[in-house]
Amino acid sequence: MARIRLESVRHSYREQPASEADWALKRVDLEWQDGGAYALLGPSGCGKTTLLSIVSGLLRPTSGRVFFGERDVTDLAPDQRNIAQVFQFPVVYDTMSVYDNLAFPLRNRGVPAAEVDARVREVAALLDLEAMLPQRAAGLTADGKQKISLGRGLARADVNVIMFDEPLTVIDPHLKWRLRSKLKELHQRIGMTMVYVTHDQTEAMTFADQVVVMHEGAIVQVGTPIELFERPRHTFVGHFIGSPGMNVLPCEIEAGQARFAGVPLAAAERAAPGARTEIGVRPEFVRFAEAGVPVRVARVADAGRHQIVETHHGDTVIRVLLKEGERVPGENARLAFDPAHTRLYVDGWMAGEAA
Amino acid sequence: MSAKPVNPRAWWLVLPVLVLVAFNAVIPLMTVVNYSVQETFGNNQFFFEGVKWYDDVVNSARFHDALKRQLLFTAIILAIEVPLGVAIALAMPRKGAWASVCLVLMSMPLLIPWNVVGAMWNIFALPDIGLLGWTLNKLGFDYNYTRQPFAAWATLIAMDVWHWTSLVALLAYAGLSAIPDAYYQAAKIDGASGWAVFRHVQLPKMKHVLTIAVLLRFMDSFMIYTEPVVLTGGGPGNATTLLSIDLVKIALGQFDLGPAAAMSLIYFLIILLLSWVFYRVMTLDQDPT
Repeated sequence: MARIRLESVRHSYREQPASEADWALKRVDLEWQDGGAYALLGPSGCGKTTLLSIVSGLLRPTSGRVFFGERDVTDLAPDQRNIAQVFQFPVVYDTMSVYDNLAFPLRNRGVPAAEVDARVREVAALLDLEAMLPQRAAGLTADGKQKISLGRGLARADVNVIMFDEPLTVIDPHLKWRLRSKLKELHQRIGMTMVYVTHDQTEAMTFADQVVVMHEGAIVQVGTPIELFERPRHTFVGHFIGSPGMNVLPCEIEAGQARFAGVPLAAAERAAPGARTEIGVRPEFVRFAEAGVPVRVARVADAGRHQIVETHHGDTVIRVLLKEGERVPGENARLAFDPAHTRLYVDGWMAGEAA
Repeated sequence: MSAKPVNPRAWWLVLPVLVLVAFNAVIPLMTVVNYSVQETFGNNQFFFEGVKWYDDVVNSARFHDALKRQLLFTAIILAIEVPLGVAIALAMPRKGAWASVCLVLMSMPLLIPWNVVGAMWNIFALPDIGLLGWTLNKLGFDYNYTRQPFAAWATLIAMDVWHWTSLVALLAYAGLSAIPDAYYQAAKIDGASGWAVFRHVQLPKMKHVLTIAVLLRFMDSFMIYTEPVVLTGGGPGNATTLLSIDLVKIALGQFDLGPAAAMSLIYFLIILLLSWVFYRVMTLDQDPT
């Protein structure tokens, strides 16, 4: 096992990348500690699978280096890097039994039969696959097959990191939750580095200690789930994480104060003149008040434990999260933002915190 | 219980299908069955003979020889075309302009009419003026497919391999193209060798198309007629007289309708039986899905 480090990694699927848009990965510097649980989170096409393939060795980056510990592995093939990967669609060797599937990577590496047997049984016990060992792998359900894919990685003693590429895509919803908690439990038990790629924030947040949020081929923020929620460094993170996402409102800077609709909201001493300035505040931290931003209530959606209220100020939509049963004012509604959770963004990036 | 309304007149809707099937399958087949149990004389006189013709065919050395030649021919071409087709499919490029070029080249032999294939090879292999025959003789081989049974067989097999290997290759290629990249990536990560990838990923995924390929090649080669007739006419002697050629000789050459009809039916049953056996064997360990 080893620490994983990416140094100025760039990748393009084109031979001659001309414009900035030709880069699937713009420039990535990243460090993953040994034994951590990480998630790569972002919408489709943000470059997360590209990044994963570069770490696993299925892709060679156009430029930059990849290190496992102190060793430069940029030019090594996947089987030389000692990694394991679970793919979006379960990959099992149909003609083999579950046992042979788990033994396959070990046998390919010339591990003695007795050791193969011991490892296979150990992994099967870990994944609750013991009863299925003699069965044909082809006959298993999708979640069983996904466990086998994972088991082939776990069986090997030398694995540096296990990578998951949206592994729950084809799993039934009620099994997703079970498999996810199984993964979490497994991580705690064996302490192997795991990297989990997903576009689903719930999966990322529940699995990972550290979430890497990606957007258009670049990393926008690395942080714990709490940090991503409370201090999104970029408006994209604010939008993407949370349900509903953060309210982002255009604002003016006047005398060191950010103002929206004439109402002073946050201190803004660092905002450069001429830049695009916005206020970000999560619906959780907006409430109806006596004084504040005048709005019109457009609709109320009941989401069970809470209600999502959509209000309009001119063309700007501001969402408010209210507890179940809380009263929604009819006329002359005004909104107040919690100053401790209101952020100022300059050109999309967080500038300062509310005073 | 609410009884569903039943209208027996609905059965009339099946009539068109029954008529169609009767005219294109049942009646012609029954005519053959009818011939196979009768002796035919001039003036359309028929005499019932029972199973005499079947008895004759099954016990005739001529039929046995033709059947043996047929089985040998089919076995040889299957043994060559299936592995060769798979090998070609594996070697073909997966994407890009060359993939299209290869696909077009591979389909060319399949588009040539069968009698043209026979005529092409007939001329190609002529020992005095054909490119193949002339070259072989210049190289010091004594090659003359119109006189030597072995040369005739070799030419016949070469022609069939040339004509039909593409079919196996294209089917296998289709099977290979359907394998998602993740399988190759997973195998790479698992440290699988090239042979292991073939054995555990590619071959199992090609199994369905290969079953079809083998069945098609089996049935077609067992019924082959046009090409050998044009190439060798069944000769030299009877060396390349396969079942269908023999059948035509009896039916049209000698106009023995009874024995020819009996032989047709036996021929048909052999193909049916062997196809069934092939299919059962090849799908033996598949999951009942």
